Amino acid sequence: MEGTHKHVRRARADVIYDTIIFIILTFLFLIVAYPLYFVIISSISDPIAVSAGKVVFAPVGFTLDGYKEVFKTKTVVRGFLNSLVITVMGTSINLLVTIPTSYALSRPDFTLKRPITLFYILTMFVGGGMMPTYVVVRNTGLLNTWWALVLPGCLGVYNMIVARTFFKTNIPLELMEAAKLDGCGNTKFFLYVVLPLSGAITAILCLYYGVGHWNSYFSALIYIQKRELWPLQLELRNILVLNSNVMTRQVMTEEELLEKRRLDALKEMMKYSLIIISSIPVLIIYPFVQKHFVKGVMIGSVKG
Amino acid sequence: MIIENLPDYLTRGRFRSRKAGRAVQPARNRAGPGGTNEGGIFLAANTKKKSFLQKMRGNWDLLLFCLPGMIFTIIYHYIPIYGMQIAFRNYKPKKGIWGSDWVGLKNFMRFFNSADWMILVRNTLLLSVYSLAAGFPVAVILALMLNSFRHKRYRKLIQAVTYAPNFISTIVMCGMLILFLSPRVGVVNNVIRALGGETINFMAEVSMWRHIYVWSGVWQGMGWSSVIYFAALAGVSPEYHEAAIVDGATKFQRILHIDLPFLAPTMTMLLIMNMGSILSVGFEKAYALQNDLNLPVSDIIATYTYRYGIIKSDISYSSAVGLMNSIVNSILLVTVNYITGKMSDNALF
Repeated sequence: MEGTHKHVRRARADVIYDTIIFIILTFLFLIVAYPLYFVIISSISDPIAVSAGKVVFAPVGFTLDGYKEVFKTKTVVRGFLNSLVITVMGTSINLLVTIPTSYALSRPDFTLKRPITLFYILTMFVGGGMMPTYVVVRNTGLLNTWWALVLPGCLGVYNMIVARTFFKTNIPLELMEAAKLDGCGNTKFFLYVVLPLSGAITAILCLYYGVGHWNSYFSALIYIQKRELWPLQLELRNILVLNSNVMTRQVMTEEELLEKRRLDALKEMMKYSLIIISSIPVLIIYPFVQKHFVKGVMIGSVKG
Repeated sequence: MIIENLPDYLTRGRFRSRKAGRAVQPARNRAGPGGTNEGGIFLAANTKKKSFLQKMRGNWDLLLFCLPGMIFTIIYHYIPIYGMQIAFRNYKPKKGIWGSDWVGLKNFMRFFNSADWMILVRNTLLLSVYSLAAGFPVAVILALMLNSFRHKRYRKLIQAVTYAPNFISTIVMCGMLILFLSPRVGVVNNVIRALGGETINFMAEVSMWRHIYVWSGVWQGMGWSSVIYFAALAGVSPEYHEAAIVDGATKFQRILHIDLPFLAPTMTMLLIMNMGSILSVGFEKAYALQNDLNLPVSDIIATYTYRYGIIKSDISYSSAVGLMNSIVNSILLVTVNYITGKMSDNALF
């Protein structure tokens, strides 16, 4: 829109405005980008240089020791693999549940459309809370299994609404009527007509659900006590958050102090690399899918 | 005919009195497949039911599509709502939810009689109001600025970068914060020391914690929360801007008087939604940033519930605190919705 007015001489107030906006946005850009950049260059720098504050604009004393250390840590590798399995398993179940539901609810001729939609919308506003849910999860025998991370949230209402809006706007009713005339039932129509047409929405849902599973730690913290089953985020929490350098006023013996220092140095080294590695799955797909993510928000915003 | 074999008391009144109805049965029998005429008569006797079932006949398989999701939602969402009654009981795992003893409001009284509740509610409220007050305007302003930005390609870059932190996990986010703010090796303290200041142990500093929590949240979320406003701004009709330009309005005036009012409905809607969850500050981040030293300001209702429920296994007490939290949330949601409904037409429901 601004482009069409280029031939008009900009007023002085507008020039000032544009300059200020340019400065503010560049400032914001740097504020967001620099910490991310700093993590990257620190992860490949000499740890001593990093802690001495010598790493500012470029890596100092290139080394990949941090990454090697991460790969040597068995718990992290196991957590990474666990998280991969949980994410794939969880996302598949999410898709299996969400896509048919949202298709059914997108059909204006579905008799139970209204009550079932209300049934789901209500869950956005009322919930049992942490403890009653915990009791139910425990009573259904999901404690200490990955099912506990997957089944309770198998249908995200927001994602369901996004998918429903997609089907409403992208699958014309005439198509269904034509198929019906030819003797095609709902199930067949869904499998052979709707699914092949829903690539875009499947991608969006995959990403929303996938990133959600990869990043969450709350359910695992509550429901999974067995360390072998921990997802990566819980292992990260142990390293990045719990062993942080908050000076708690603890009395330590000389030996403990030495041991702690050794571990500290080792951990400082690998923390930056760990941040990078744990974000890799999301980082890899992010540039390709950013458009889809934004599209999802826009579809969702149409219907609150 | 099956009906004639039925005992008298079952068919009396229903069918005997409808001789006329029975008279047309053979015709009906021919029309439909055999054996359904029994249902036909039942339905004929109850027209309301008939219309519903007949409607369902065409799309009963759509109900099957919904069934798996509904079953899990009932089990893991609606049964826990029913299970909230453990807040009024003395829950013992052996006795189960329904077998445990009824204690009335004892758990609630315990919470309100303890010294914790004032602090908890204050911490929770402050944290969420502060987050909202900081994050909400930033997202709107960012969207307005991006929308009026002249350099399209640079704008795309800024958007891509500001959206990115949204996909960083809470743990990594908190890990980064703790790492940067670390008193010994953190960047921030390196800078402070280089400038001649004294080392600050940020994560242990009670006065700093809220600011760290809120502004790191703004850092992480501003880009992503601006998306919805940015999308809405695409709906502003260019005619308004053209007319304003002809009238000699500057860019800033146009943003203030055209773009901003256009965003009002979206803003109200999101504000109401946020108000509804004002007492349910995200557990994940507060818990990850918590340590013994900052507990006086970082302990919020969600982390308290977790500590008592999961770690101390005081399930009933913890549920009572959680239930109180949800009740306050609902009241706030309804109130804010009512107020905005009175002030404008933008109420949510």
